[in-house]
Amino acid sequence: MMATQRTPEERAALRSGLAVGLATAVYGISFGALATLSGLDVWQTCFLSLVMFTGGSQFALIGVLASGGLAAGPAAITSAALLGTRNVFYSIRMAPVIGPGFWRRAAAAQLTIDESVAVSTAQTTPSAQRVGFWVTGLAIYLGWNLTTLVGALIGDLLGDVSAYGLDAAAAAAFLGLLWPRLKERQTQAVAVAAAVVAMLLTPVLVPGLPVLVAAGVALVVGGFNLFGAKGGHA
Amino acid sequence: MTAWQIVILASIVCVALKVAGYLIPPKAFEHPTVARIANLMTVALLAALIGVQTLGVGQAIQVDARVPAVLVAAVLYALRVPFVVVVIAAALVAAGIRMLT
Repeated sequence: MMATQRTPEERAALRSGLAVGLATAVYGISFGALATLSGLDVWQTCFLSLVMFTGGSQFALIGVLASGGLAAGPAAITSAALLGTRNVFYSIRMAPVIGPGFWRRAAAAQLTIDESVAVSTAQTTPSAQRVGFWVTGLAIYLGWNLTTLVGALIGDLLGDVSAYGLDAAAAAAFLGLLWPRLKERQTQAVAVAAAVVAMLLTPVLVPGLPVLVAAGVALVVGGFNLFGAKGGHA
Repeated sequence: MTAWQIVILASIVCVALKVAGYLIPPKAFEHPTVARIANLMTVALLAALIGVQTLGVGQAIQVDARVPAVLVAAVLYALRVPFVVVVIAAALVAAGIRMLT
């Protein structure tokens, strides 16, 4: 390690990993604040960032809890789990990059998230892919947990959610997670349909359930590949 | 369920999903339909959560200060404004409207 000079590819991976890591870590403030305002205490909020450590699922869990309270617990857990399923695909993609070894894989599993996988797969050489994964994952892990704590303490001080507009901030946070995924017609169609389904079901079902049923839109559209690239649908 | 039970159970499930990808043979998930559904599932859940968070109040639908706040957020994301700035801006828009009305 000491004897070998870093290649230009590895240095590029290091730079983009740190840049993405720092930018992403700052979201932790909003997560921490919103989590405490959804009813969790500071410790529970930090536990989520330390152990769950996957932003979409964390936001989903507190989003459902904020609207449905503890009674919506099963729906909150299921929402978080469904949003976490994409990490299975990330892990499969990362396994050959990470290589063998129990501890190395265990650590890699915890750091397998959108950003670390994105930076890694953007690199051109295998060594740069490894550097990109670890640097991004570690930078975000440290930063995200620090900013979660800061945000949780702020949220704890703030008190009433709606008076400060933080309920709108939660919606804006979800929109920020969704935005980069809306490039294709198929994802746009699913997004609109899922939002409509969730709205239509809100008066009928207990809080939390409309979101889960709306996920069924993905099953239908994905299963039949509606609005897909080849379909040419309007 | 207590808040701790929810937090711990959900965390275990999410960690297990990450670990699963390193344990299972990749062939099981190679089918393009499975990968496509997983990708769209993320989109569907996020979009549904946006809807509920913007318009829902318990089991009621209510149009209030959150709607303009989310519209402002959408415009800012389209202008490539960073995430944290957008989230704060959305909170300020909603809080401002509530203060004035």
